Amino acid sequence: MVDAATGTMGVGTRAAARRRPGLFQRKSTIAFLMALPLILIIALLVLYPALYSMHLATLNKSMERFVGLGNFEFLFKRETFWMVVQQSCIFAITAVLFKALIGLFVAHFVHAIPNKGQRKWRGMLLVPWVIPPAMSTLAWFWLFDPSYSAFNWLFALVGIDPVPWLGDAYWARFSVILVNVWYGAPFFMIMYLAALKSVPEQLYEAASIDGANWWQRLWYVTLPMMRNIILITVLFSTIVTFANFDIVRVLTAGGPIDQTHVFATWAFKLGIEGGDIPLGASVSLFMLPILGLGAIFILRDINKRGNEA
Amino acid sequence: MATAVLHDRGGPSRPVRYGSISRSRKRALVWSYVFLVIFAIFFLMPPVYMFITSLKTSQEISAATNPWWVFDPTLANYIELLSSNQYLTFFKNSAIISIAVVIITMCVSIPAAFALSRMKFWGSTTLATGVFLTYLIPETLLFIPLFKTFAFVYEYTGIQLINNWWVLLFLYPTLTVPFCTWIMIGYFASIPKELDEAAIIDGASYVQTLTRIFIPVALPGIIAATIFAFTVSWAQFLYPLAFTTSTDQLVLPVGIITTLIKGDVFNWGQIMTGALLGAAPPLIIYAFLMDYYIAGLTAGATKG
Repeated sequence: MVDAATGTMGVGTRAAARRRPGLFQRKSTIAFLMALPLILIIALLVLYPALYSMHLATLNKSMERFVGLGNFEFLFKRETFWMVVQQSCIFAITAVLFKALIGLFVAHFVHAIPNKGQRKWRGMLLVPWVIPPAMSTLAWFWLFDPSYSAFNWLFALVGIDPVPWLGDAYWARFSVILVNVWYGAPFFMIMYLAALKSVPEQLYEAASIDGANWWQRLWYVTLPMMRNIILITVLFSTIVTFANFDIVRVLTAGGPIDQTHVFATWAFKLGIEGGDIPLGASVSLFMLPILGLGAIFILRDINKRGNEA
Repeated sequence: MATAVLHDRGGPSRPVRYGSISRSRKRALVWSYVFLVIFAIFFLMPPVYMFITSLKTSQEISAATNPWWVFDPTLANYIELLSSNQYLTFFKNSAIISIAVVIITMCVSIPAAFALSRMKFWGSTTLATGVFLTYLIPETLLFIPLFKTFAFVYEYTGIQLINNWWVLLFLYPTLTVPFCTWIMIGYFASIPKELDEAAIIDGASYVQTLTRIFIPVALPGIIAATIFAFTVSWAQFLYPLAFTTSTDQLVLPVGIITTLIKGDVFNWGQIMTGALLGAAPPLIIYAFLMDYYIAGLTAGATKG
C-alpha cells in the first residue's frame, strides 16, 4: 500500500520533471501575477501622478502652454509663498520635536508603573490617535471658539484674559501645532514604550552598580538602545507632519490671512479651489525634498540590514 | 567578635539606606501617576468635551454657564441626527467605502506579500523596497495630478469620475495597500521556511500554500492590517474633499464639516454629536481589538 503510493508519486514527479513547465506554470510567472495588482496600483495611482505633477508644474494656468520654471519664478516672487515655506518648517519641526519629547516622557511614565495597570493607561493614552483627525479637530475648533471657548472660561476663573486662539496669527500657529502634537504624541508613546520594553533589564542593573543616576541611565543606556526607533519615528513623523492637511484645513483653513497655511492646504486652495492646477502642483512639489531625504535614509538602512543578513 | 559587634553598631544606618531606596522608588511611582493623570486629561479632554457638548441643547450652549458641565442633558441631538437621511447617507457611504477598501486591500496585498516574501522573481527585492517608499508618498502630493487625470478621463471616455463616491475605491487603496503589503511581508517572513517547503513536498500548489498555511498562521498580522486599512479609509479627509461635492456622495468627515457648518450659524450640539458618532466605529474596533491595533502600529517600524 505504502510502496504503491510512493511508487505512483515517484512516477508523477518524474513525469512532471521531464516536462518543462509552461510559462504560466513557472514559479516566477505565478509570483509576478500575484504581485501584478500591487504593481498596477503603485504604477498607475502613485508613480504616474507623482511624475505627472512634475509635468503639470511646468504648464501655464490654462494648461496649454509650456512655461518651464515660470510657475516657480512666480511663486518665489510672492510673499505668501515664503510665509508658507516658513510656516511649514516651523509647524513640522516644532510639532515633531514636541511629539517626540511628550511621547518619550509618557512612555517612560507608563513603563515605570506596575505591569498590571500599563494596558489600561496605554489604552487610554492612545485614544487621540484612533479618532479620525478631521473629527477630533472639530472638537478642538469648538474648544477654541472665539465667544464660547471652554479654555477661556477656565482662564477667566483664574483671572487670565481670553486668548484669541484662532483669531491672532501667532496664537493660531500655536493652536495648529498644539492640535498636531495632541494627535501625534500617542503614536510616539506607543513606539517608545515598545522600544523601552526591549531594553534588557541587566543593562540598568549594571549601570546602577557602576553608580549611574537616572539621568545617566537615560543618556547612556536608554537612548542609545532606542536610537534606531527614535530615528525612524522622527523621520516618518516629519514626512507626515510636513504633508499634513486635515488639521490645518479644519482648524483655520489657512487663516487668519494665510498665516497658518502649510504646503498641502495652500496647494489645495490654489489648485482645487482657485482652479490653478499647475500652480497647486508646483506648491505641492515642495514636499519632495523632505521625502527624498527620508527615502535616502531608509534605503541606507535597508542596505545595511541586507549586508548584515 | 568585637568587629562583628562593631558592625552591628554601625548597622542602623543600613536599614535606613534600604528604606530610602524603596521610598525613592515609591516617590518615582507617585510622580509617574501624577504625570500620567495630567497627560490623560490632556489627551482625553477633546473627546470628553465632544460628549459633553453632544448632550446639550442649543440654548444651554449659548448660555454663559459652565461649559464643562451638562445641566439639562438631552439626547435630542442624537435622535435628530440618526433620523436625518442626510447623515445616514454619509454614514452608509463611509461604511460601504471602508469595507470595500478593506476587501480590495486584502485581495491585493496578501498575494503580493506572499509573492514578494517567498517566491523570488525578477525585480522582486526592488519592488519590496519600492512598496515601502510609496507608503511615504503623502496623498497631499498626489491629489492635484489625480484630479487633472480624472478630468482627462472624462474628456476622452465620457466616464465621470469626479463627484462619485465610488471613485474613492480607486484612491484609498493607494494609502492602504503599500503599508499593508509591507507589514504582511514582515509577518510572512517570520514564518519558518520548513513549513511551506513541507507543503510543497506534499504536493500543494503555491496558491494552496498561501491559503492553507500562510493565511492561517499569519492571521494576527492580517487582522492588524485589516484594522489599519479600515481606520485609514474611515478617517481619510483630503480625497473626498477634493473629489466629491454633492451631498449624497459625501463620506462622514467631509459631510459633517460641509453640511453641519452652515455659514456663521454653528449648531455645535449637532456637530459634536455627528463627529462623535463618526469617531465611534474606529473607537469601538480599537476598544475590542486594541492589541492587534497596536501590533499593526509597531509592526511597520520594527520590522522595517
